[in-house]
Amino acid sequence: MDHNDKQQLSRRAFLTLSALGAGAALLPLSAAHAAPGRLSTSARIVIVGAGAAGLSLASRLSKALDGAQITLVDARREHFYQPGFTLVAAGVKAQDYPVSLTTDYVPQDVRLVAERVAEIDPESNQVTTQSNTRLAYDYLFVTCGMVLDYAAIEGMDVSRIGTNGMGSIYHSPQAARATWEEMSRFADRGGIGVFHRPDTEMKCAGAPLKYTFIVEDYLTRRGTRSRSEVIYNANNKALFSVPIVSEKVRMLYHQRGIQMHYDRVLQAIDLDRRVASFSSPQGRVDLDYDFINVIPPMKAPDVVRNSPLPWQTGAWANEGWMEVDRGTLRHVRYPNVFGVGDIAGVPKGKTAASVKWQVPVAVEHLLADLSGTTSEALYTGYTSCPMITRLGQAMLVEFDYENNLMPSFPGLIAPLEELWISWVMKTMGLKPTYISMLRGRA
Amino acid sequence: MNDLDPIVLFAVFLEMLGLPLLILLVLGSVIGTLAFFSLLLRERGVVARRMLYSQAAGLLGGVLALVLMAKVSSSGFTDAGGPADWLLIALIFGLGLVGMTIVVYSISGWAKALLSTKA
Repeated sequence: MDHNDKQQLSRRAFLTLSALGAGAALLPLSAAHAAPGRLSTSARIVIVGAGAAGLSLASRLSKALDGAQITLVDARREHFYQPGFTLVAAGVKAQDYPVSLTTDYVPQDVRLVAERVAEIDPESNQVTTQSNTRLAYDYLFVTCGMVLDYAAIEGMDVSRIGTNGMGSIYHSPQAARATWEEMSRFADRGGIGVFHRPDTEMKCAGAPLKYTFIVEDYLTRRGTRSRSEVIYNANNKALFSVPIVSEKVRMLYHQRGIQMHYDRVLQAIDLDRRVASFSSPQGRVDLDYDFINVIPPMKAPDVVRNSPLPWQTGAWANEGWMEVDRGTLRHVRYPNVFGVGDIAGVPKGKTAASVKWQVPVAVEHLLADLSGTTSEALYTGYTSCPMITRLGQAMLVEFDYENNLMPSFPGLIAPLEELWISWVMKTMGLKPTYISMLRGRA
Repeated sequence: MNDLDPIVLFAVFLEMLGLPLLILLVLGSVIGTLAFFSLLLRERGVVARRMLYSQAAGLLGGVLALVLMAKVSSSGFTDAGGPADWLLIALIFGLGLVGMTIVVYSISGWAKALLSTKA
């Protein structure tokens, strides 16, 4: 069995876990295999950022290594299950659904430094924290995620999310909840709903599309659809980066009467007059709205942007994503540095599902380094997006770097079919599987 | 760790249900199954009349399982979109039916047995 076959099998296993809520218990269990022996090492490993990737890495490294000094650096007390934000903003889950504590997942033998990282210096193998504590490392994992650049939208004010028709689900669980309340008021009245996505790399590129579907569904359910307009503005010439998925979404939007515009990027917003201004090939386009879901441009945090770690040329240089090999996640210029999760400068894949498949690859390469061998493990770009198309249905879209669809259950769960089982996975199965991933158990 | 094994399965169930509910469910199914089969041994077969009304109750159990599933997955009864959904619905209904049938059959059988012993 080659590595790809193995990945396909294990991916299916992962999604089967997610489907357990559906009662799909008739799954073949492989025999429990003995845990591989822990590798003895005195390596100093620093992990910058305790999000999905950082915590999963800490758990896996802690299980795999004996004697390593593993240090996790992150100032944030709360951990967010970010795939849950859409469900909060859809009124399906409560505001506290995505929220837990970072310390819930930090293994005992991993030292948590609850500070912001001020500087990463890969030349001297050292990370400096806000309080000027210097952490020397032999191996560094940068898993600091990304920042939401709301300031790049002129007139935007995050303190006004949830008022006067403006929502923004990415900001926080509170903002997702406030967005739900505002969207619900909008659905009761009807009017013009404006949706868009930024012209940068972004986390979960399916979320803007999902939310458009959800709002359209609420308008229909509340009987206000006929006096409403739903307008989606794509940043380029596609709705989604995978052509076959983009075309399917276009067909569904067409069926549901959702207007589509291309090459439009939100530049400014007038929160009082409720006008969104987009750039377009034809010049500036102003759209009046009664509800808008603002999605800010996204970029790497300053600590990475101000280091030598980002790409040096191309669009990813401007946004600051780390220059890592897309198969191994290893930094191209600093071989003892890995970039995993949202910060990795790789095509696609800024999702929790990407993290799930990136972490074991990066860990295998580290273990190979420590034991003086090499590893063949490669990340193929696999990611998945349960694309909610209405309340109660989703399409389980899975794909790789090459835009291939990678269905985990071919013949059973069709990737481009709107299904309840995919909704059940999203609402019931994914969070427990995600939490198990943080604990290094899935 | 890349492959699905019972430990991973257990970990996800644990996150989904929490430890007390998971233990309760496992114990419930083990005790229910044991009670059912020990009753079969004790009575040397199936009591047709009791099985009949247990199965009638089982139908209700299947419906209850579907209602519960719709509630916990925040969905409704018009959401089935394809064959995989109907399979899932049949599976959930089936589990509810079998579970409720076994429970009702066992409880009423053992209640009768214990009462007659006392008398």
